[in-house]
Amino acid sequence: MRGALGLYLAIARSSFRRYSTYVGATLAGIFTNSVFGIIMCFVYMAVWEANPDAGGYDVTDAVTFVWLGQALLMTVAIWGGGTPDDLAARIKSGDVAIDFYRPVGLLGWYLAGDLGRALYHLLTRGVAPTVIGALLFDLRYPASPWTWLWFFAAIPIAVTVSFSLRMLASISAFWLLDDTGPRNLMGFIAMFFCGLTVPLVLFPGALRDIAMALPWAGFIQIPADIWLGQRSGWAVAGGLALMVGWAVVLLAVCVATLRLAERRVVVQGG
Amino acid sequence: MASKSATFAPLSPVTDFWRIASLWIRASMAYPASFWMLAVSSFLMTGLDFAGIWIIFNSVDELGGFSLPEIGFLYGATGLGIAFADLLVGRVERLGQMIRMGRLDTMMTKPVPLLVQVCADEFALRRLARVLQSGAVFAWASAYVDWTPARAATAVVMVVCGSIIFFGLFISLACIQFWTADSSEAANAFTYGGNTLTQYPMTVFPSEVVKALTFLLPIAFVNWYPALYILGRDDPFGLPSALQHAAPVAAALTTVVTVVVWRTGVRHYRSTGS
Repeated sequence: MRGALGLYLAIARSSFRRYSTYVGATLAGIFTNSVFGIIMCFVYMAVWEANPDAGGYDVTDAVTFVWLGQALLMTVAIWGGGTPDDLAARIKSGDVAIDFYRPVGLLGWYLAGDLGRALYHLLTRGVAPTVIGALLFDLRYPASPWTWLWFFAAIPIAVTVSFSLRMLASISAFWLLDDTGPRNLMGFIAMFFCGLTVPLVLFPGALRDIAMALPWAGFIQIPADIWLGQRSGWAVAGGLALMVGWAVVLLAVCVATLRLAERRVVVQGG
Repeated sequence: MASKSATFAPLSPVTDFWRIASLWIRASMAYPASFWMLAVSSFLMTGLDFAGIWIIFNSVDELGGFSLPEIGFLYGATGLGIAFADLLVGRVERLGQMIRMGRLDTMMTKPVPLLVQVCADEFALRRLARVLQSGAVFAWASAYVDWTPARAATAVVMVVCGSIIFFGLFISLACIQFWTADSSEAANAFTYGGNTLTQYPMTVFPSEVVKALTFLLPIAFVNWYPALYILGRDDPFGLPSALQHAAPVAAALTTVVTVVVWRTGVRHYRSTGS
């Protein structure tokens, strides 16, 4: 048991180091995140000036939401990316056959790698734009240490949910060979339903309730509501439980589809 | 050898572009399921973007003093500009990758202008979905405009110039990769960032930002100034109304800068060496 944990930690650590070699890309990404954050802050400031308590947020909540969104964008890999992209490339090339006969489960291997990547992105592309946002705008910070704890507890769960969805898109390459279609479609749906286009609290009526129950709500909206104190007490537990529930369900779907896919793999030559 | 000279007949860059592009169209059709999913997702991407603005208007009546149809007009105009540019530049943002893989060297040996080859590489017809989506919003918003012949002409000029400005931005920012291949994402802040920014009226932003986007980086000309004229509005920042007809000047200047940057980049280019 301890051996397995050590193995996954080693995978995560290597993945962290792999991403940390692209310093130029990281700096460029931080710059881009910050520019988009600044643009959206001005837009939201105009929105909340016209309607000071739209969606139950005040203008400080809205501006803070923008920067939390920019911080989680890469960490949770909302657009896609991370280790599931590697898997898709290996399915196309046939290298995936090697993954199947490794003494480590394929899903665990890639999940550990993606969590390592997420930690790197949180520490760089999560923290740096938030610092820039904090210098330029008036942000809201959690008062209680518990809130900080719940917020940071939510992030690995969000990464796991996102990982399972990205993984499903990549696994589709076993049947479609080219996974760019499902991957992009998944990315765009995620962008909208995570609250990055518009915070989910602004969604009208039933659409809001539906969006709040979908897996993407856990990407930004639920962690942000914990941070902003919009969710407290049992609502925090409810939000985290929803995220854990989606993580379990989606990982189970991944396992089932991988089992089906395994039968489709044809190893050439020999 | 007489038959071979026909192969080297001087083809116009447009035909060259189309020849390479049609190869890529055929290639993408090899995976039809993925092609259609990509086409639908491109349509959805920009579509959900506008749905976001529509959702905002559930909470407010106007944004920065502009109504939903007026913002739809701005949105459609900048969307058409970047969509046409995006269709033509292809994956120029991956210039660094082409350099690393040595593909740029291969291209240099072929009797087709380098820029045409780079732009036509991995041409994706599905990007047309974006033109259609922006066009749909633009058409809807146009129904609310009080049209005159002069305004209609300005609208055509606006879309053409907007496409040229975004095209120039894509190319000249990609040229940074001749020097550093690692930081291609920074270009997105200006291209897609510029697109996002111009989806909203400039009144939302501080006047310094608007002035910078007028005189430093001509992004405000892709829709804001021509749209002020078409929508019959006074400049909220009190800038001269001549700017409302200056989009062609901005497009021409962008083209000159782009040509200089591209030529400098290519001249600077040394192969990866391996």
